[in-house]
Amino acid sequence: MRERYVLAVDQGTTSTRSIVFDRGGRLVAVRQREHRQHFPRPGWVEHDPEEIWANTQLTAAQALRDVAAGPGQVVALGIANQRETTVVWERATGRPVVNALVWQDTRTGPLVERLAARPDAALVRERTGLELAGYFAGPRLRWVLDAVPRARERAERGELLAGTMESWLVWNLTGGADGGVHVTDVTNASRTLLMDVRTCEWDADLLDFFGVPAAMLPEIRPSVGVLGTASALPVPLPIGGALGDQQAALFGQTCFAPGEAKCTYGTGSFLLQNTGTELVRSRHGLISTVAYQLAGEPVHYALEGSIAVTGALVQWLRDSLGLIGSAPEVETLARTVSDNGGCYVVPAFSGLLAPHWEGRARGLVAGLTSYVTKGHLARAVLEATGWQTRDVVRAMDADSGLPRTALRVDGGMTTNNLLMQFVADAIDCSVVRPMVGETVSLGAAYAAGLAVGVWSDTGALRRNWHRSAQWVPDPARVTALDAAYPDWEHAVRLSIAWGERP
Amino acid sequence: MPGTVQSIERAATLLHAIAQSGGQMGVTELAGAVDLPKTTTHGLLRTLLSVGFVEQDPRTGRYSLGAGLLGLGTHYLDANELRSRASNWADSLAARSGFAVRLGTPAGLQVVVVHHVFRPDDSPQEMEVGALLPAHATAVGKVLLASRPAVARSLTDVPLDALTPRTVVDPAALLAELQATRARGWAEQRGEYRLGVAGIAAPVHGPGGLVVGALGISGPVEELDAPGARGELRAMVVAAAASVTRELLT
Repeated sequence: MRERYVLAVDQGTTSTRSIVFDRGGRLVAVRQREHRQHFPRPGWVEHDPEEIWANTQLTAAQALRDVAAGPGQVVALGIANQRETTVVWERATGRPVVNALVWQDTRTGPLVERLAARPDAALVRERTGLELAGYFAGPRLRWVLDAVPRARERAERGELLAGTMESWLVWNLTGGADGGVHVTDVTNASRTLLMDVRTCEWDADLLDFFGVPAAMLPEIRPSVGVLGTASALPVPLPIGGALGDQQAALFGQTCFAPGEAKCTYGTGSFLLQNTGTELVRSRHGLISTVAYQLAGEPVHYALEGSIAVTGALVQWLRDSLGLIGSAPEVETLARTVSDNGGCYVVPAFSGLLAPHWEGRARGLVAGLTSYVTKGHLARAVLEATGWQTRDVVRAMDADSGLPRTALRVDGGMTTNNLLMQFVADAIDCSVVRPMVGETVSLGAAYAAGLAVGVWSDTGALRRNWHRSAQWVPDPARVTALDAAYPDWEHAVRLSIAWGERP
Repeated sequence: MPGTVQSIERAATLLHAIAQSGGQMGVTELAGAVDLPKTTTHGLLRTLLSVGFVEQDPRTGRYSLGAGLLGLGTHYLDANELRSRASNWADSLAARSGFAVRLGTPAGLQVVVVHHVFRPDDSPQEMEVGALLPAHATAVGKVLLASRPAVARSLTDVPLDALTPRTVVDPAALLAELQATRARGWAEQRGEYRLGVAGIAAPVHGPGGLVVGALGISGPVEELDAPGARGELRAMVVAAAASVTRELLT
């Protein structure tokens, strides 16, 4: 049979990547282009949506050329995107009215504090399954409406459109001002604080609470199902699916059964566990989010533990302290000692996300004595990622009550053996890494390929998943880490207390 | 304090002389510069040549500093860095070939496994990162020995363990195989470490040109050594190792 390929666009925080996969889920071409990070003020992070759109067109065209496939062999396009990053643009011209407000941007902090003080603020958690936090898209949209002259009246008249990055790309890919389709996928919509997580529709009360006009919002669509035709590519392709990047990774790791979980270890880390078609409400500091939806089928939900700083802490060790020359060298330095020497690092650089949600917590290094060397510090830095994983896994166990299967991992930090073994020991559960490390793009490709019939069902995708490495918990280390965990918890309490100082 | 080793001192003097000349020097010229008999100078140069510290122009016979020497001080490659850079290519080699992949670095007459990708069949397998393998009986080991002639020559000083009946334990036969490995750019073993398990490996070069590691696949002899598959697998291994070499240049 003639090989068929699927193109995935992974529109990420630092770059846009276009990757082509074959039916075996193997990567056959990659093109990548970074975009500029704009920091107009402390705490503000912006991207130029037009630059990202240009990079998408460029890398997609290059990757399609690289495969040199015959006509009709590349059959679909799937999109995975940085989540919560918000774009507002003019319907008539396609011009963004401001730069995109990136998920790392903290400018909505004061706005969110004002909103949280309102008597009806409990509505948000009840309807959305999320925390009322500046991390999500809704408050950013509100900020734009407040900050840009006449934006609100123009939005109400339907002259301005809003969306997360996949909305912006799909609208442009399908024609832009000339008939572009204005849609969002349900996983991205579930991260706005504007959608009712049970009905998966925009919620009038929430729109009212945040002051966002319904006229500017995209139509919510399933993650797997044709959204339109990408006529802007050299070869027009059906857009078969879109997912937020972490949900795409869950899909790429083929976590389709309740209880199956993955953690992506990057700058930050995101642990998502499939909880099936029933919404599980967290009582332990996780968020309830949409995992994915196949067209015509019920929504699958996930519990998510978002950790803001993991790999970024290693970068800090490299760039701010200069203790290592490259990120992987942290393992070499950590292996110069056999334990953390009593040292703990809590990387609450801009507060703590799950399961604490303490925006004012700040980082600290605890347990310093003259015995502690840079080796111990390197170990404590790596352990911080393991301990934070344990915090989230513990909350997940308490919330979902689902039997835990092996934790599937991906991302740059998974080449660190010391860390992966520490995670396995800290959570007392096997940790497995798949053969294809590019799980975000793979998930987008799977979604699109399912929609057009490259794969018959999710079972076919499961058969593509293979282990490339496994770390098994060592019983003696599990016991030792159980005994050390209260020290970590104490350090976390101290970092929260530091943020509350008068 | 014990005295200095004369031959090392002389070798260092020779290297300084070549460095100061800023280019190439002939044997006679060098012998004069360091005030040694021509035969002694020639012997020293041949040794330096074999370890890659000098190079000889095949046309003129004159000597210049070797790539091995240049790579020594300028770039120390961390094993964890090497794994991180090799990871995508190792995954891809395992996915395409269908065999387990190992990346090894030299440790005397042994090989340290710095990266291990499971055979992609989801069978029970254990992580071997950190394990030591005998260099003379593995494909990755042969690649590393082939790139270090001085180490390889010490193979004649120690008895080589016969791990299986197929292990090559005759130093002369092994040295000949290493020479062939150097020439063709890949090594193989057939049931020499464990009966029934074969391997193919190719060198990974660091930015200075030195061989810093060996990337290889291993699996059942009948699959790896099947006449129809062998050539294609060798090409895959060589290409993957070359990709890691390129990755290290960026």
